Amino acid sequence: MAEYMAQGKKPEVLFWVGCAGSFDDRAKKITKAFVRLLNKANIDFAVLGTEESCTGDPAKRAGNEFLFQMQAMTNIEVLNGYEIKKIVTACPHCFNTIKNEYPGLGGNYEIMHHTQFLKSLMEEGRLKVEGGKFKGKRITFHDPCYLGRANGEYEAPRELLQKLEVELVEMKRCKSRGLCCGAGGGQMFKEPEAGNKDINVERTEEALETAPKIIAAACPFCNTMMTDGVKAKHAEEDVQVLDIAEMIANAEDL
Amino acid sequence: MQYIPNILFSIALAVGIGYFTINIRKIIRNIKLGHEIDASDNTAQRWSNVFRIALGQSKMVVRPIPGLLHIFVYVGFVIINIEVLEIIIDGIFGTHRVLFSILPTGLYNFLIASFEILAFLVLIGVILFWTRRNIQKLKRFWANEMKGWPKNDGNIILYFEMVLMVLFLTMNAADQSLQSLGASHYVEAGSFPISQFIAPLFNGLSEGTLIAIERGAWWLHILGILVFLNYLYFSKHLHIILAFPNVYFGKVVPKGKFKNLDSVTNEVKMMMDPNVDPFAAPAEGVAEAPAKFGASDVMDLNRIQLLNAYTCTECGRCTSECPANITGKKLSPRKIMMDTRDRLEEIGENINKNGEFKPDGKQLLDDYISREELWACTTCNACVEACPVSIDPLSIIMDMRQYLVMEQSAAPTELNVSMTNIENNGAPWPYNQMDRLNWKDEN
Repeated sequence: MAEYMAQGKKPEVLFWVGCAGSFDDRAKKITKAFVRLLNKANIDFAVLGTEESCTGDPAKRAGNEFLFQMQAMTNIEVLNGYEIKKIVTACPHCFNTIKNEYPGLGGNYEIMHHTQFLKSLMEEGRLKVEGGKFKGKRITFHDPCYLGRANGEYEAPRELLQKLEVELVEMKRCKSRGLCCGAGGGQMFKEPEAGNKDINVERTEEALETAPKIIAAACPFCNTMMTDGVKAKHAEEDVQVLDIAEMIANAEDL
Repeated sequence: MQYIPNILFSIALAVGIGYFTINIRKIIRNIKLGHEIDASDNTAQRWSNVFRIALGQSKMVVRPIPGLLHIFVYVGFVIINIEVLEIIIDGIFGTHRVLFSILPTGLYNFLIASFEILAFLVLIGVILFWTRRNIQKLKRFWANEMKGWPKNDGNIILYFEMVLMVLFLTMNAADQSLQSLGASHYVEAGSFPISQFIAPLFNGLSEGTLIAIERGAWWLHILGILVFLNYLYFSKHLHIILAFPNVYFGKVVPKGKFKNLDSVTNEVKMMMDPNVDPFAAPAEGVAEAPAKFGASDVMDLNRIQLLNAYTCTECGRCTSECPANITGKKLSPRKIMMDTRDRLEEIGENINKNGEFKPDGKQLLDDYISREELWACTTCNACVEACPVSIDPLSIIMDMRQYLVMEQSAAPTELNVSMTNIENNGAPWPYNQMDRLNWKDEN
């Protein structure tokens, strides 16, 4: 982004990569797949790079409002400094925080989840996708809480899957009643409380009941949780966990 | 002498309504122990929610079977109250079926007939509800927090409703028999699609006996209603009234939007502003920082959260959708609401006794809600989504987490580590901020 600024240019959209997308080896693949799609659609985009910092979501949901607001205000200063108007992110937690909690602290942006952004690119004809290698494959979609229930977006990811001409099979608990993967509210960074099962295993079992070839995800944390779940059920030979952006990019071997 | 029944009735009515009013005032006083909260926004959306979710029962029917049964009972409850109006007028003035002399015959007969059908549907609904609780033993009615009083409370309500409906139909059946005998005072009025099947049981009874049955059922029915009205305060059944205001005050922003604490905003702004004089005395008129961050007791919650607690009817839909509860963790969103109400009631009793709240060495945190429960939440909003009356257990969990973290620094160790990471290197993991863009050049 700093380079754009130095050249006096403004990108069409800022890609908010997020911590998982920047550091987590699995999530970095999602980042790279999404970037391939942005490039293919000739989107003029920028990233903040080393100037990006955690949105503060895990701190806020853990109860640390101080840390959250410090992160938020620092990020808002950077974003406002670059006069950012439009943001896209592949992480529903970043999406939710920037969309809902930044405006009250002075950060007003048009923010889209990457599934919404990709959908709009297809509607505008800037990105074309046909079935490719996923055509007719049995696939189930796991709703991220912070995209679905938290913000009411259930259709964008499903419409993308339809574009891939997959056979979409819904789990028993889906959309507004979708079961959490177990990562939200700071759980990603701590051991679960005592119980009789891990949440990601419960959710993975439900996904496996649909006998899918692929469990489609739209959140880097869900992705990790479901991948671990699939491993716990020793199903990694038969079932892949893929982000929708990866599926679209892979469909055409981008 | 002939006015004794009228006088007795008026006294019963006054006592019934009077005692209920006293208790409702206690509830209002207790709710006002919470922080004020502004809910003057989104008026149109709020009213639309009341019509859709409360009046329209839109969230009840997410589960079709109990949803439909509940609609029977709910519609019955609302509509049959028109009949209660007639009973009250009759009781005070000694009339009989007073609406018959006011309304057109056809309309009156239609009303009585629909009351009967509704009463029958209520009876079926209530019996099936009882079966679901006690025979089918649905898991959500047998959770840990439902042991003892909550379980009995649920059944007592169902017994009340069964008895009231049976009395209502018995009264009509006896009335009908008296009408066909041509008993004086019993004008031929009403149409009885259900109680006509009960009436044959009374064949051969004398007029005197029938009058005793009719009067007995009439009195027990209305007295039962007054007792039931007053039972509400002691029961989870308050939702029949509070559901409406509660839905009005329910969350009208996206579920993912958690409120930003203004007091923290001010401090963070001061911290980040290089021109601020850290030793400056607060300006005149500036609101004092609150005594504490987050909530450790019910007085730290806001009034909507306390209204939520009184509204909860312990149906357990929240708990049955909670990922933590499903996988055997201690957390149950329903228990969060029940604990909040129990603690609020305890404080209310304390105030009744002492005139003001005398510290009792207890609080909501630890004495009612354990830390283990609070830390098991994934903030997924399933409980909020599931609640048919727009209760938000998650907001209480979040306020209590804030207290734990910001007042007590008592987060689980691993969470503290990740928060330190965020503070130091801008990510929950210990990576170097300077490596953020490395993915660009990797394959």
